[in-house]
Amino acid sequence: MTRGFRKSWRNFALALAWFYVLLWPLLGIRDGELHFDKSFTVWLRVAAVATACFILYRLGRRGVFNPVLEPAGRLRDAVADRLHRAPRWMLLAPLLLFALAYPLVTNRYAQDVAINVLVYICLGLGLNVVVGLCGLLDLGYIAFYGVGAYTYALLSVHYAIPFWVCLPICALFAAMAGCIIGYPTLRMRGDYLAIVTLGFGEIVRLVLNNWMALTGGPNGILGIKPPGIYLPHFAGGSLSFEYLALRKLEYLYYIILLLAVGTIIAVHRINFSRVGRAFEAIREDETAAELMGVNTFRYKLLAYALGAIFGGLAGAFFAARMRFVSPESFTFIESAMVLSMVVLGGMGSIPGVILGALALVALPEMFRQFELYRMLAFGGAMALMMVVRPAGLWPAARLGKRSDDAG
Amino acid sequence: MDYFLQQCINGLTLGGVYALVALGYTMVYGIIALINFAHGEIFAGGGYMGVILLSYLASKGLMDAHPWFGLAFALILAMGYCAMLAMAVEKVAYRPLRRSSRLSVLLSALGMSIFLQNGYMLTQGVYDKAYPTAFTQGGFNLGDVRVSFMQVGILAVTTGLLILLNLLVYRTRIGKAMRATAQDKIMSALVGINADKVISITFAIGACLAAAAGILVGLYYGSVRYDMGFVPGIKAFAAAVLGGIGNITGAMIGGFLIGMVEILAAAYIPHGGEYKDVFAFVILIGVLYFMPTGIMGENVDDTRV
Repeated sequence: MTRGFRKSWRNFALALAWFYVLLWPLLGIRDGELHFDKSFTVWLRVAAVATACFILYRLGRRGVFNPVLEPAGRLRDAVADRLHRAPRWMLLAPLLLFALAYPLVTNRYAQDVAINVLVYICLGLGLNVVVGLCGLLDLGYIAFYGVGAYTYALLSVHYAIPFWVCLPICALFAAMAGCIIGYPTLRMRGDYLAIVTLGFGEIVRLVLNNWMALTGGPNGILGIKPPGIYLPHFAGGSLSFEYLALRKLEYLYYIILLLAVGTIIAVHRINFSRVGRAFEAIREDETAAELMGVNTFRYKLLAYALGAIFGGLAGAFFAARMRFVSPESFTFIESAMVLSMVVLGGMGSIPGVILGALALVALPEMFRQFELYRMLAFGGAMALMMVVRPAGLWPAARLGKRSDDAG
Repeated sequence: MDYFLQQCINGLTLGGVYALVALGYTMVYGIIALINFAHGEIFAGGGYMGVILLSYLASKGLMDAHPWFGLAFALILAMGYCAMLAMAVEKVAYRPLRRSSRLSVLLSALGMSIFLQNGYMLTQGVYDKAYPTAFTQGGFNLGDVRVSFMQVGILAVTTGLLILLNLLVYRTRIGKAMRATAQDKIMSALVGINADKVISITFAIGACLAAAAGILVGLYYGSVRYDMGFVPGIKAFAAAVLGGIGNITGAMIGGFLIGMVEILAAAYIPHGGEYKDVFAFVILIGVLYFMPTGIMGENVDDTRV
């Protein structure tokens, strides 16, 4: 019973008491009465979990778990080493096979969740180019998703242009939006940039919400066509093409899988290219990068446009899948969610972002009864992650110290 | 002309609220260079405490008997609550990250903001909560300009708090410690100032002002919502930037300016009402782009907190 031990327990008890004081007014004062039962139940649960975590933490600090943790750590290192040495296709081929076979063995609901995960993987990877590789904190990323979605929606409804033709157009429009937003903002420093991108994201949403003539305002746009393909059709000796609208969920799954795999390959190639190195140089130390001959402004703009392209593609798919778009899908919370995927998974790491998307989209589906607490857990996890494990679940291989690190 | 004056009164009222919130941003930024995303949520917390306490008092019949006493009671308790909340947020989410990159702290702040917002939603419900407003009705005419008692009240409370804050920062020991810590953390630590404590107090003071703003907004508009802190938070941040971030006087001026611009733009620009939120963002972007030091940027070193 050292003094430090007693002090840490005292602080812990104080923190719990503090928490109760903060919790009670929100739950306890209602209908002209003072209640204590509900707030106490909630508090008791939180306190029990916190105490358990705290005891485990204290025990871990004293080395009680070392006999278990050390062999486990060695095992993990050995496995990681093996995996590292195995050829990459041996790992990726089963994964890809699983992804391809997925709709054959699962029901509609599972496919729906999988489509969501894949959309968020596309978004997360796009944002990863901006935040993870280039180190520019973008809080308005969902705007590009919105630009992509509305571009396809408008082209499809007014001009009946097919999905596949629209994809590059959406990407182009999103990239243009990225440049327009990026040009005035990219001279700012990290946290100013964050708040300005947030402002731009909100401006885009407000314009979508208020420009009744073009976007239909809060009512959104209905009647967007699903993606289609032309199947060759032989009839009476002559070749004709038959239009087939890909409405079924399996088809949509394969389309987004194609987009996601394309995004993964593209981001991987960017990551390990000359451009990717320039991005990382900017992230690590902008001044040094500039001195080494990297045109930082141009590369930052490029990072922004590239990130926007992936967002735009995912947006086009989103519109085609829902066949309806409205500004409600492009709120700040969506931006925060994509960002927390990137952060949770590990900034700059492709498997990390995929893991993050799985964790934030698929996990809540498993805990459906706690649906209400989803965003609460998001926020908490984001803050906790920064305190406990700032590099993320699956940190990127190359991650140095940033130039503006304190100390 | 009367219309213009009327809008000016409305703008001043709104600006006073922004100024109160902006001070929290600017003081925290001045002392640890962090955009405290959770500050908008502290403001919302003030609004909620106001509605909870005032409803309770009203149900006991106290608001009819002693409205001024009730309001002051709710105001002070809500300020205390928000101070405790902000200190807890600082301790949990920012203090452990004092030595890590700015990106980490910013993300942690964002996480806390989402956490608090959903905390309010879960405990207080998704829908608007109505303030008991029977005692806030009424007003008087100044020529043809209608001034409500609520507007006078907001301006009075705002002015009073701003004066108090100025006295606190420039006339007391703790204010001196805050200014010293903002200028140079290591040197102030060497002369015996506990930086952690000063930072904690800075958060608490900022939260008190935000809580007051939250109650005033709740009384003025008649209701609060769990996500009410987000947009005013950004606008108040814009005000802090406009005034020169880290500068107390600047934040006050910036707050009033943003409030005026928002109201006047909504009144005079066609379709301005629909896009009124856009103006603050445009000002924010414009200021950051053309004069990142803000209006009061020159004497940043003297008057920073």
